[in-house]
This record gives sequence, structure tokens and C-alpha cells, in this order.
Amino acid sequence: MILVLVCVLALLAAGVAGAVRARVPEGRPIVYGASLGACAVAGLTGLASIGLAPSTLTLPLGLPWIGAHLRLDALSAFFVFVVNLGGAGASLYALGYARHESAPERVLPFYPVFLAALNLVVIADDAFSFLFAWELMSLASWALVVAHHRAAENVRAGYVYLIMAAVSGMALLLAFGLLAGPGGHYDFASMRAAVATPGIAALALVLVLIGTGAKAGLIPLHAWLPLAHPAAPSHVSALMSGVMTKVAVYAFVRIAFDLLGTPPWWAAVLVLAAGGVTAVLGVLYAVMEHDLKRLLANHTVENIGIIFIGLGLAMAFRANGVAAGAALALTAALFHVFNHAVFKSLLFFGAGAVLTATGERDMERLGGLIHRMPGTSFAFLIGCAAISALPPLNGFVSEWLTFQAMLLRPDLPQWGLKVMIPTDGALLALAAALAGACFVKAFGVTFLGRARTQAATAAQEVDRWSLAAMFGFAALCLLAGVLPGALVDLLAPAVRALVGQSMPAQLALPWLSLIPVAAARSSYNGLLIFGFIAASTWLTIMVVHRFASHALRRAPAWDCGFPDARPQTQYTASSFAQPLRRVFGGALFAARETVTVPPPGDIGPARIEKEIHDPIWERMYAPVGNAVWRASGTMNRLQFLTIRRYLAMVFVALVALLLALALWQ
Amino acid sequence: MIGALLVQLAQMALVLLAAPLLTGWVRRVKARLQRRRGPPLLQPYRELYRLIGKEAVIAENASWLFRTAPYLIFALTWVGASLVPTFATGLLFSWTGDLIAIIALLGAARFLLALAGMDIGTSFGGIGASREVMIASFAEPAMLMIVLTLALVAGSTQLSTIAEFMLASASLRVSLALALVAFLIVAIAENGRIPVDNPATHLELTMVHEAMVLEYSGRHLAMIELAASLKLVLSLSAIACIFVPIGLLRGSDGSGGYAIGLAAYAAKLAVAGALLGTFELAIAKMRVFRVPSLLGGALMLGLLATLLLYVARGM
Amino acid sequence: MSTFSIDVANTLAGFLVLASFLMLYQVRLPALLNMLGLHAFILAMAVAWQAYAQGAPELYVTALIALVFKAGVIPVALQRMVVRLGIHRELEAVTGIGLTMLAGIGLVALSLEVMLPVTAHADPLTREYIALALSVVLLGLLMMVTRRNAVSQVAAFLSMENGIDLAAAAAQGMPLVVEISIAFSVLIAFLVIGVFLFRIRERFDTVDVRALDEFRGERR
Repeated sequence: MILVLVCVLALLAAGVAGAVRARVPEGRPIVYGASLGACAVAGLTGLASIGLAPSTLTLPLGLPWIGAHLRLDALSAFFVFVVNLGGAGASLYALGYARHESAPERVLPFYPVFLAALNLVVIADDAFSFLFAWELMSLASWALVVAHHRAAENVRAGYVYLIMAAVSGMALLLAFGLLAGPGGHYDFASMRAAVATPGIAALALVLVLIGTGAKAGLIPLHAWLPLAHPAAPSHVSALMSGVMTKVAVYAFVRIAFDLLGTPPWWAAVLVLAAGGVTAVLGVLYAVMEHDLKRLLANHTVENIGIIFIGLGLAMAFRANGVAAGAALALTAALFHVFNHAVFKSLLFFGAGAVLTATGERDMERLGGLIHRMPGTSFAFLIGCAAISALPPLNGFVSEWLTFQAMLLRPDLPQWGLKVMIPTDGALLALAAALAGACFVKAFGVTFLGRARTQAATAAQEVDRWSLAAMFGFAALCLLAGVLPGALVDLLAPAVRALVGQSMPAQLALPWLSLIPVAAARSSYNGLLIFGFIAASTWLTIMVVHRFASHALRRAPAWDCGFPDARPQTQYTASSFAQPLRRVFGGALFAARETVTVPPPGDIGPARIEKEIHDPIWERMYAPVGNAVWRASGTMNRLQFLTIRRYLAMVFVALVALLLALALWQ
Repeated sequence: MIGALLVQLAQMALVLLAAPLLTGWVRRVKARLQRRRGPPLLQPYRELYRLIGKEAVIAENASWLFRTAPYLIFALTWVGASLVPTFATGLLFSWTGDLIAIIALLGAARFLLALAGMDIGTSFGGIGASREVMIASFAEPAMLMIVLTLALVAGSTQLSTIAEFMLASASLRVSLALALVAFLIVAIAENGRIPVDNPATHLELTMVHEAMVLEYSGRHLAMIELAASLKLVLSLSAIACIFVPIGLLRGSDGSGGYAIGLAAYAAKLAVAGALLGTFELAIAKMRVFRVPSLLGGALMLGLLATLLLYVARGM
Repeated sequence: MSTFSIDVANTLAGFLVLASFLMLYQVRLPALLNMLGLHAFILAMAVAWQAYAQGAPELYVTALIALVFKAGVIPVALQRMVVRLGIHRELEAVTGIGLTMLAGIGLVALSLEVMLPVTAHADPLTREYIALALSVVLLGLLMMVTRRNAVSQVAAFLSMENGIDLAAAAAQGMPLVVEISIAFSVLIAFLVIGVFLFRIRERFDTVDVRALDEFRGERR
């Protein structure tokens, strides 16, 4: 506990150092090195204290009659571990990556503060410190989003982000107000002890879903995410996508599972519906995207959907008193929290490496990087396979556990759950398959094929710090995939504290299998699957090299006899996504393609134009934005009144309030 | 223990050896129905032997991914195929992965194949990869819904347990009928058979699988062809062990049943191959953009079956 | 009543639902009419099984009527009509088959959810059976709503009627007279519709019912 707090203070100090020494060249290693050290210590502390009893600390800071309550229980400890794992990786990566930073004075002071705020949110134990840390996290990350403020799109992203952060903070503030009750007990311990009336609890739950959903990227509150995450420098994008969204998940779990008590069953339906829609729409947005970093950011939305499906299942089981099911579903969700933190950071590091090497984020202008950047492309490939839920990597395990949770108890009594759970099964399966399609596109267009521009031809492999960070996370993807039992056992104390039961211990099982319920029901052994794949690949290669011809000849590509030397004739990201756009886009995104072919004899080019509309932005955000704009235009007139009229307004308002008071009594 | 290990290894060898034979059998059936004599049954083995002996020609800008992918694709399919009960359930390592894992292993093989198709940077490779992932994005969820249905009926996602359940207490159920129809559609799409894709065509804008492997030759092509045959065996074995588990040797039975199990398995594969060949001849290739509605139909059937089981347990 | 005959009855009813979905999925008229024949054939099987299971010989007559008229005469006659109208090669402009099928799944879930509690104390043979029959009726209605071609609307109407028959068979059967009169009324309705179709085509040169809306001035 103390150790984590010391690390937070060290990070804040590093922020000050960053502000002071931003412009000198040694500022960068000092800040990122200090962040790396602090995150490593804090992360290990978190890892070590998951199984320990909760420790609390009250600091005489903040509001005088409350103080700042801090608490490190199993759930906080797990999230401290995830946050600092991501933080340490990003700092390591930044040691090399940030060398190319054009405006270090706009990044260095805020980066450690951001990390400190992320840590503070997960250890806060009263509403005031929680909201303070939450807003500090929003502000620090906003400053990082607008670090490259010369590009107009970054400024717009920062603007949208700020509005959504305000909405999120407001919803959480109201939720805590409701939870604190008329007595105004703002520390979490009293909220936990208090029993809210069903109406208040329901309202608070909806507000929490809005508040944390806006931060995590639940559709339809996701609009800022694909704008803001890519705008920041890549190591910060990794932190925002991989870690900050997880802190929002932490906030939801903390409030919905810990502070609110047992939820009603319809809340589970709400969360399941939000999760399912988010998962499928998020990946569809990603499929349509051809900016590498925006694709990754859109994909974060999908993964948040998968996590919320797990959380919704846990709520459904909890509402019906099925503790074993709740434990399984919650474990699956938290497992995916860890997984996503790892592979999304890895993928953003890879995208940053591509950006450094070529200066391009647009996949249509890349290609063939596997020859120029072998290390980056290998690590990125591992990340792509992991996020597409392919065995033996880690993404598969968490989705497998989610499916097992769905199958555990099909006999829940409420009709809403009976319809929603199988529907979510289909949506989750669809999202997983589309994720595979999306990452075939992302990897295939960026790294494979032939270079489409000069910049891609001249790319160079990135520095060792960045490669070390990427390969470290790729190794974690494999490790968590082949030894899932270790992570499940690690999560057990946190799950037990929240739902009263945990999954059976896994590490003691023979062959290190993963058996969620019973061996006859389902089991998965990542280690053996990995072993079998490795062994049979090795065997095949041995046999083929023993008996087959060794001759190998390099020749021009065959391409059915129509090879074209121009790299522009390759499949692009847009053409790769065309079948999926045609199937899903027509109904969901009003996607249209217009082909103009010149008449015979005309030597002008034929053109194909595609058009995509974002339904949520156009139907939801744009009308609200316009309404606010009009309303503020109307209010603007209030600025130009005479003094007498202002006085009259004050007078009328006073009388109206007094009248209201009189009538109330 | 040693005996069980030997049985498991025999299963791995069996699927590997049966794969080219099944492909030859389907071709043979189709040829006979068209009143052609057709190639001999062992022709696929000869083709593999010939391919292995030839030099491999690869494109100038092929990367390491292009050269390693065939081996990995083959290995992933092989591991998947050896987890499916063929002649007996409850083999030594049958618990390492359930049906979801088998689907995911095939998904991993397809992921690599699509990437390999894009590696050279030709237009045909791109077209194949793009269509393959479009088909997969329907086939995989449909398959998972079928798994959910089976798991709700049998109370397990382990293929061995499902097969034993079907063997012991088989009964007609609406959901299983829906799942079977959906499974057949998915199996046809996954294996690139008519009407979704045609394994015997080139130089057409309709090809999917062949477009991806266009640049492969020699030993690499042999591995890919063998993996494709293996996948067909895998699909037919899975359908056979779930819906027609007759003759399957249960883990608890004595060793006298191996002959029956093997004979039943051979008979099932032969019948399934003949049915597949007949079906392929009776139907025309679909337009590529008609495929999503076929597979979407399979997805809907799977969802309907699952929903039925959630709403009414007896269905 | 043994579990086995309940299972068979439910499976046949389930196949009828499946056939309704297959009809929803078709866009070519000849294929649709083939599916209609299959639909009626499955109905005949289901009714015959009910006759056997309940020991009610009069239901065999119902099954026979279904087999001869609904699975034989009507689809063949409709096929000929389609050929004579010259629309057998046309693709029907159905938008969003996926969405329609999704809606169909919702309808099945709805009818199960509504019927199972209501029939909680009924004969186990009829419980899920009636629910499935209701979904066949609803799917037929859905198809009538989503199709524009008059012929496919007729097919949808007939499939809906099959659903009613299925329910009636489970409820120990309608009186035979009622059954026969329904069968004949359907036949007459079919003849009248057939005549009308040709008249419509003569006048508007299409059997797309949108043309009728425009004639009535309902559009724009």
C-alpha cells in the first residue's frame, strides 16, 4: 500500500522534473526511466498483494472532515498490476520511441501525472478522491491528446474528448451523490454498508453505466475514442486504449459489484445488450477503417464490448444467486481485461513503430514492411493473432471462458435473460470472427505485399527499447495463453471478494489444464495444444526436409499469368474490406458504392467511389450538438442587456425561488 | 498408458492417411456420376508425392511468412483433426481441446492462409483472402452457435462427451435437427465445396481458396493440399461422431471393439463422401455475394436452435 | 403417450418451422413454390403422426387432404401459373433477408414465451407443439408483410394456413366437416386469387403489389 503510494509520489515528482527539464535532451531518459522504475515497483507490489488482506490508509488531504481514504484490496491490487504493467511497457517503449518526439515539453510533464492518476483511481476509497483522480486522469490524458496541437483534427479530437469526459464525470458525480444518501457518507466503506432502495440503486446503476461507459467506449458513448486515442503519441495511445479503458472497467466493477450489492436482473440485460452491440459495431467500425491507429482504437471498443458481456453475465448469475456462474463470468471478464491491456498495448507500439519508420498511419500507403522491419512485424503478428482469439494465445482463453459461462446455466428464470444470453453468444461469435478478418487486413495490408510508397520502401527497423517492449508483451500473450490457470488462480481472491465464490483452483490440475466446472463438461489445455502444434510443425518440417526436394527457385510472381509490376494494383485496405462493407455496411452504415465508367472512346479513368455514414454520429451526436449550438446562440443575447434588466432578472429569480419554497411547504 | 498413447498416435496417423483417400473417393464418385471413368482412387497420393519431389518456385518478394505458413497450416489442421473422435471416444489427449478449440485451430489455419495469400502482393491473392475472411466471418459464428446448441443438449463442449451422450441417450430434438442443417451448410462453406467455392477451378473470378494458394508450388503446395483434405476429413468425422455415433468405440469398452469402430468409421466416411459428391453435382456454384445469405441462414438456424434450448429445455 | 412419440411430433413441427424459414429465405418464385410443397408435405407427415399417436383415424383424412391438395395440386398449379405469367426467372426484390430472418427468430421466441406458460398444464404432447404451430402462423404473416409479389403472398398465406392446420391437429382435431370446408375454401380462394392475378397482370403488366398501391394513390 505504502509502496504504491510512494510510486505515485515518484511519478508526480517525475512529472515536475519533466516540466522543468523538458527541453534538455536528458529530460527524456530521466522521466521515462523514472516512470519505468516506479511502474515496475508498483506493478510488482500489486501482483504481490492480490492474495493479501485489504490494507487501508487515511491521509489528511482533500476535504477537511473526510480526508483521503485509500484502500488496496484484491480487485484494486489486480488493477494496480494491470495499470503498471501497461505503464512499464509504455515507458520502456517510450525510452526509444520518444526520441522522435517533436514537442517533448508538451508530453513529458503530463505522462507521469497520467500514470499517477491511473494508479490513484484504482486505490481511491472515497468518492471525493476517486473523482479527483478520475478528473486528473481525464485532464492529463487530454493534454497528451492535444500535444500535437498544430493538426486541426487533434484539436477537434481533444474537444470531443473533453466534452465526453465531462459527461462521464458528471454521471459518476450524480451516481456517488445518490449512493452517499442524505447522510452524505462519501467513503466507500459506508456506501458498501448502506442499503440503497431499489429505485435509487437502479438510477445509480444506469448513471454508473453511462459514466464508466463513456470512459471505456461503450456504444453509443464511444464517439470520442477513435478520435482521441490515435491523436496522442503512440505510447500514450497504448496507455489510453490498453489501460485507461480498463480503469473505467474497474470503476464499473467497483461500483456495480462492490458498492451497490446485488443488482436486479434487468440491469444485467441492459449491460449484456450494451456489451453485445458494442462488440459487433466496434469491430465493424474497425473493419471499415484504413488508418492503422484508428483501426486499433475502434477495435478497443469491440474488446470493451466483450468485457462488458462477461460482466453482464456475472450480473445475471448474481441476480439469480448462481455464485459459481458469476465467478466464472467475472473471471472471464477480468482475464480479458488483462489480455486486452497486453495485446492492445503491443499493437499500438507496433503502429507507433510503423509511424516512426515511415511517417504514415494510412495503411493504403504502406505495405511490404515485413522485409524492412522483421522484428516489429513478428511482434505485431503475435498481437494480431492474440486479439483475433486464436489458440494457443491468450485472447482465445478469455473468450472461451465467456462461452463456458454462457453455457453454465441456461435455465435462468427471466425471459429477458433467456433471449439476451444466446443472442449475446451469437454477437460475441460474430465479433470474434470479424476481428480475425479485421486483423488479416491490418497485418496483410501494412506488412505484407509490396511497398506502396517511397516512404514504405525506405523504412528502417526501430530501436532496441521499442523492440524490447514489443517482444516482452508478445511473450506475455503466449505465456498467458499456454498457462491460463496461473492467471485464473491469480484472479481468484478478487473474484471471491466480489461474488462470494471463485473458480476452482487450476494450477494443481494435472498437465496444467484449464477446467472451469468439471472435466466432463469442458477443458482446455493451452500448454499441450501449443506443444502439439510445435511438435507437429517440427515433425512435418523434418519429414518434408528428409524426403522432399530441397530445390528452391525465386521467380517473378505468377498471378495467373497477369502479374503487374505496379504495387498500386495490389489489394488495398478498402478493397479488402469491400465484401464485408457490402454485406454489413449497406444496412448499418448506409454504405454506397458508385462506379463511373467512361463511355467507349473516352480515355478518362473509371472511378469507384465509396461513401460511408456513421449512424450514431449523425443521428445522435450531430442533433445534440446542433441543439446546444442553437441554445447557446439564443442565450448569447443575455450578454447584451441593460443593468436594469439584469437586476430585474435577479429579482424575478429570487421571488420565484421564494414562491417555490412557500408552495413546497 | 502406453497402449492409450499408441491409440492416440494411431488416430493421428489414420486421419492423415485417410485424407487423400477421401478426396480421391469424392472425385471418383463425381466422375462416375458424370459417366466418366475418373482418376484412380490413389491419385491424390501420387499428386502429393509428385509435388514433394518437385522444386519449389516462390515469388521474388515472398517473405518468411510465406514459406513457413504451409507447415503451420498443416500442423494446426492436423492437431484439430486428431482431437475429433473418429473410431473411438475418450482418447488419451481428447480433453486437451474441446469443439470450440478445434474451431479456433481451424480459424488460426485460415488466418495464416489468408495472410500467405496477401504476402506476394498480387491481385488474386488479395481477392481470395478478402473473400475467405468474408465467408469465415459468417461460418465461424454459425459454427459456434451449433456448438452452443450441442453443448446445451449434451451438457458439455467436449466432442468425446457429446458423442458418448448421443450414443447413450439419443433422441429426436428440434434443436438438433436445426443444428444438423446448419452444420452441413457450414461444413460445405468451410471446405470450399460447391456451391460456395469450387475446388477444381482456376482462372475464374469466382475462386476463393484456389486464389489464395495460387503462388504456391512444390512441397509448400503439397502441404496446403494435404491440409485441405485433412479439413474435409475433420468436418465429416465431426458430423459423423455427433449425429451418427453408431459403432463408435466408447472409452470404457474393451479393445475388441476397434475393428467395429474402424469399419463403422470407414463406412461413414464412404457414405458421406458419396453424398457430398452427389450433392456437388446436383447444384450450381453460387454468386459470391449470395454466399453471405446462405451462411447467414446457417447462423440464424444456429441462433434459433440455441434460443429454443434456452426457452424450452425439452426442444 | 411415450416420450418417443412426443419427440417425433415436436421434431416434425420443428421441421415445419424450418420449412417456413426456408420459404422466408427464397427469392426465386419456383424455389419458393417448391418449398411450399415441402412445407405442406411436412405438415401431412406431422398430422399423420398425430393421427397415429392420438389414435384418431379422422386425422389421416386431414393428412391426406394436405398431401394431395397442398403438397401436390396447389404448388404445381402455382408453378404453371408462374410460368404462364412469365415471372419464373425473376428475382424478387426482397430487402434484408437477414433482418427478416432475425425478426422471424424473434417471433419464434415470442410465441414460445407466450404459449409455454399458458399451456403449462396441458398435455405434454401438445405444449411445445402448439407453440411451434403459432410460430408457423406468425412466420407466414411476416412473409406476407415483407413480400411484394402477389404470388409469394399467396404462398405465404398458404403456409400460414398450414400452421393453423398443425395447431388444429394437436387439439384433437377439428370436426372433419370443418376441415374439409376449410380445405375447399382455400382451394376456392386460390382459384379466385389466380384469376385476379391474371387480371392484375393484364392491367398493370406486373404482379408487384406496389403497382396496386400507386393505382390507389397510396404512394406519394
